[in-house]
Amino acid sequence: MNFVTPDFMPAMPEIFLLTMVCAILIIDLFLKDDSRGATYILSLIALVATAFLSFSNYSEQTITTFNGMFILDPMATILKIAICIVVFGVFIYAKDYLRDRNIYKGEYFILGLFGVLGMMVMVSAGNFLTVYLGLELLSLSMYAMIAMQRDSVVASEAAMKYFVLGAIASGMLLYGMSMVYGVTGSLDLATINKAVSTADRVVMSFGLVFIILGIAFKLGAVPFHMWMPDVYHGSPTSVTLYIASAPKIAAFAMMVRLLVDGLSDMHADWQMILIILSVLSMALGNIIAIAQTNLKRMFAYSTIAHVGFILMGVLTGTQAGYGASMFYAIVYAIMSVGGFGMIALLSRAGFEADNIDNFKGLNQKSPWFAFVMMAILFSMAGVPPFLGFWAKISVLQEAVNSGLLWLAVVGVITSIIGAFYYLRVIKVIYFDKPVDNTPLHASMDIRLALSINGMAILALGLYPTALIALCINSFS
Amino acid sequence: MFSNLPLLSLVIWTPIIGGMLVLATGSKNSIEAKVLSLLVSLATLALSIPLYTQFDNSLASMQFEELLPWISSFHINYHIGVDGISMPLILLTAFITVIVIIAAWKVITYKVAQYLAAFLILEGLMIGAFASLDAMLFYVFWEALLIPMFVIIGIWGGPNRVYATIKFFLYTFLGSVFMLISLLYLYMHAIDVNGVGTFSILDLQKLPLDLTPQILIFLSFLLAFAVKVPMWPVHTWLPDAHVEAPTGGSVILAAIMLKLGGYGFLRFSLPITPDASMTLDWLVISLSLIAIVYIGFVALIQSDMKKLIAYSSISHMGFVTLGFFLFWKITENTGSTSGAALGLEGGMIQMISHGFISGAMFLSVGVLYDRMHTRMIKDYGGVVNTMPAFATFAVFFAMANAGLPGTSGFVGEFMVIMSAFKANFWYAFLAAITLIIGAAYTLWMIKRVVFGPVANEQVEELEDMSGREFFIMLVLAIAVLAIGLYPAPILDVMHATIDNLIAQISVSKLP
Repeated sequence: MNFVTPDFMPAMPEIFLLTMVCAILIIDLFLKDDSRGATYILSLIALVATAFLSFSNYSEQTITTFNGMFILDPMATILKIAICIVVFGVFIYAKDYLRDRNIYKGEYFILGLFGVLGMMVMVSAGNFLTVYLGLELLSLSMYAMIAMQRDSVVASEAAMKYFVLGAIASGMLLYGMSMVYGVTGSLDLATINKAVSTADRVVMSFGLVFIILGIAFKLGAVPFHMWMPDVYHGSPTSVTLYIASAPKIAAFAMMVRLLVDGLSDMHADWQMILIILSVLSMALGNIIAIAQTNLKRMFAYSTIAHVGFILMGVLTGTQAGYGASMFYAIVYAIMSVGGFGMIALLSRAGFEADNIDNFKGLNQKSPWFAFVMMAILFSMAGVPPFLGFWAKISVLQEAVNSGLLWLAVVGVITSIIGAFYYLRVIKVIYFDKPVDNTPLHASMDIRLALSINGMAILALGLYPTALIALCINSFS
Repeated sequence: MFSNLPLLSLVIWTPIIGGMLVLATGSKNSIEAKVLSLLVSLATLALSIPLYTQFDNSLASMQFEELLPWISSFHINYHIGVDGISMPLILLTAFITVIVIIAAWKVITYKVAQYLAAFLILEGLMIGAFASLDAMLFYVFWEALLIPMFVIIGIWGGPNRVYATIKFFLYTFLGSVFMLISLLYLYMHAIDVNGVGTFSILDLQKLPLDLTPQILIFLSFLLAFAVKVPMWPVHTWLPDAHVEAPTGGSVILAAIMLKLGGYGFLRFSLPITPDASMTLDWLVISLSLIAIVYIGFVALIQSDMKKLIAYSSISHMGFVTLGFFLFWKITENTGSTSGAALGLEGGMIQMISHGFISGAMFLSVGVLYDRMHTRMIKDYGGVVNTMPAFATFAVFFAMANAGLPGTSGFVGEFMVIMSAFKANFWYAFLAAITLIIGAAYTLWMIKRVVFGPVANEQVEELEDMSGREFFIMLVLAIAVLAIGLYPAPILDVMHATIDNLIAQISVSKLP
């Protein structure tokens, strides 16, 4: 057996990011609290550079390296760039919030960057092991991030809950992987895909169920959604921002890697499971969200509903369907980071703006950010001309094209139910009188980033052509 | 000179961009916002006039067409154009918006810039919906215009505005998402038939379609448009929305937004699903007749003026849908399609005329409300003694609403009733009843509000209309009279289009 040096180039962004995180980790040790800004700036630079490296690595062909453990294809490149951009926004939104709560520590950024590395590994995984490595790197970073606010009871509870449930889900995922390994004798997704047709269907089905369970947990699909409202609510908003946005893109990629790259021959089996998950998620998420008074919890349930839509595209089993779901996942991350960013914007030292009532009369205080929030909410509700509308359309389109008309009908009916709770927040912003007249105080970078975020939702909604084409083309 | 300009795009985007500029002026200086928005709305009106003057009446095809690729992955194009059906409605929109902005001049004091901007953006979106020749583009405009209206009712509305505006939004949203599913289905069907998907309305109109999908698509279109028109029994959002909306909101709602529903029937339901329309025309006709008669009686007992006019709108819009769907009963009965054009054109005239009359009626109520802050009929009486000029206009518009010959209200109703006679005597009979009920509820309201002795001290102290209000009323009165006495210019514009539509829907689309 001879050792061949693998081609490192396709993994350059990951290698660079890892180096950067290690460097930032050490630099941060020597920084005083009042010069923490350096860590922040360095983290942002790391993200931009990683995104740029991923961009320059773009290739139409699928490249595999590290003996097939690492895949670089258009989907991987686009999702990595999206992850970097979204986390870039997360860091900016989180900065003031962290400082106001005395948790403005280097750990937040370092753990966040490690999470990004985990996500990038997940996105590029070509092997069960890489999937699992990436997933755990991401999950462990998130557990620690949630627990960072040590003296907060709810945050500790959320971290504990997330950790225990996440560990169980990872265990399930591993169990499923071991079954598939037992039957096919390989951890390599491409090899497994070839072996599926001759493999023992019973054991494969069991393995598939456990794998889907793991995916559904990470995505937060009903009935594996229980952790989401509590974790979203309990975590500091700066961390909720993180958990709620980019990891969903990574979870989507994990689903595509495992189900499409690895088990596409079992499409008939997993389609049925995903349909059930999708319908339940859309229905339950949208209905329970109506009852929420806490905005973070409401967004958690709305995320569950969005996950139902993401599943809807994947379960069609068509290239265009995967593309539509990918578009949806990216759009979701953009909207979600904006929504939680608004909560972070309104929060200040000793005051959490995570109640719907805290948004009362925002239009009086700041018409501009009222408009940004309105754009985000209408986009989430799927009202044109905002971006979310096109995400819904592309997924529904693919569902109709694959003969799942009824599923599309379920999707739109649940969207109408969903529109109600988004409207309620808009109502509070525009039609109610403000409760307190404290003016918004936020630094320029968060204002600017949020404005760009809101405008992106509008501008991409008016001209979504390029983004849609990118997503659709990465699967053909 | 203007032939190279993308005229239609200008008409759509001038108010939208203008509205954003108005927003940018902020709420500090309201006079700036007012003047700017008036200029923008006048510019839009001026830009829309060439649509009429340069319109070729002899052509049934689309004119002023513009086609740009938009979202190529789904074959969605920025495809706009007008024909004899949409062009008059675009002019109506541009005209009514100017009126609404003038009407808001003194009345709105809270967040003026946002108010005016909302109306300008709304105007652009409504014109966009009328001009769209791509179904998805239409849908985008159609849904997007809910947003400014939602805000208008919610911010500047009456005490129960939140309930009304959420009801309005959800009702319309509910209606339209099923239309969306139908459009997606049609796109997929186009792939099956032609090998390539399309959202082009003109292509979808040519697409052969089995009866069962046609019926389902027809029903989903019906839900979308019936909510907008609104038809009985999905009309309940309208009285609430009207009562709570500020005067300008009511005017736009009644004068233009309801017309989008009627327009949808002509652009989508009839040509895309002609066989289903034939199979189910009894449904639309019955709902229309119920609206005409039953809602007429409901209007009779209202104690709130705005509610009364809202119900009267529903009743009058019943004529529109009735006129649109008489075609098959007429051909069945007389064997020729000659009378059908009368019904369709009557429906169109009724839409335009109702745009002016209902707008004027809501503005009249607005004039009173601004002075007395009540809409209840019982709070008024003898207004003629203190406001003679207002009383003149109020009586005139009431007469027009009741369908007095010589006013525009008469032309449309008369044409539809004539057409209904050819289809079935009883349709015509029921529809004609409304002339009596309509006269009853409008004139009874006028009697209680305008005539009689002066009811109370507040009425005693009323001041007559200002020059601004007088001007608005005068312009609307001239429009109502002009169409009533000489409707030919409008009819000429739509003859070719309507004939083409009739030719289109007489041919079965079953494969």
